Amino acid sequence: MATSDSVETLPLNGSDDVVRARHRVRALATELGFDLVAQTRIVTATSELARNTHLHGGGGELTLSEVRDNRRRGLRLVFADDGPGIPDVQTALSDGWSSRGGLGLGLGGTRRLVDEFTIESVPGEGTRVEIVQWLKQR
Amino acid sequence: MTAVPVVRIRNALVAAMQEDIDDRSALDLADRLATEVAAHGAGLVLLDVSAAQVVDSFISRVIVDIAQVCRLLGAQVTVVGIRPAVAITLVELGLTLEGVRTALTIDDAMDAAEEGLGGDVRLG
Repeated sequence: MATSDSVETLPLNGSDDVVRARHRVRALATELGFDLVAQTRIVTATSELARNTHLHGGGGELTLSEVRDNRRRGLRLVFADDGPGIPDVQTALSDGWSSRGGLGLGLGGTRRLVDEFTIESVPGEGTRVEIVQWLKQR
Repeated sequence: MTAVPVVRIRNALVAAMQEDIDDRSALDLADRLATEVAAHGAGLVLLDVSAAQVVDSFISRVIVDIAQVCRLLGAQVTVVGIRPAVAITLVELGLTLEGVRTALTIDDAMDAAEEGLGGDVRLG
């Protein structure tokens, strides 16, 4: 079981908040020692998910924490909102679902960018997406 | 919002996206480029993204839209200077800027435009 420390929370209520979230995640990923490509993956995933929280979830927050288990360290990001929720998560995760509507959720692609991806969504109650990126051992 | 400057050089418009562009600024740039292409009869639009550390699905979609709108207005768009880490991430996301010309540098893009060849000739 992974433990976490240095928890921090950021609001996601507008497109400026999305930019701030990207900055904060990049700074933390750099501090933890992620290489440039890994940083770009996690910051891009942050951008996708933070925008969903803001636009589709009606606003919410991002919780950042450093996680560690026996072998490694990583970065955990949780995007949570109390919005309308996603009626069919499986469909939302399938590729192409987002591109059809143009500016969709992009969940399928985002999932490929990170090591762990968990989504819970209850219609009428909200959506919670948790992602973890582990620092590769060298 | 931070407006992206658009500079006119002869028959070309050059826009350099900042390091971290927000969604509204990207949409604003798309509108202004369309207006300016029509106003000046520009034949070439160079979209310099070399400063951009992140190109996500939204920005990618805006870039494709810019290319298609400008093509309808008679201008060719070339996206210049995509960073390697950004290219890797875009492909992993399943976004490949299909039908949009790309070049590593502004010089390459201008050379290709002058020669009327190089890169992907299809647009949109």
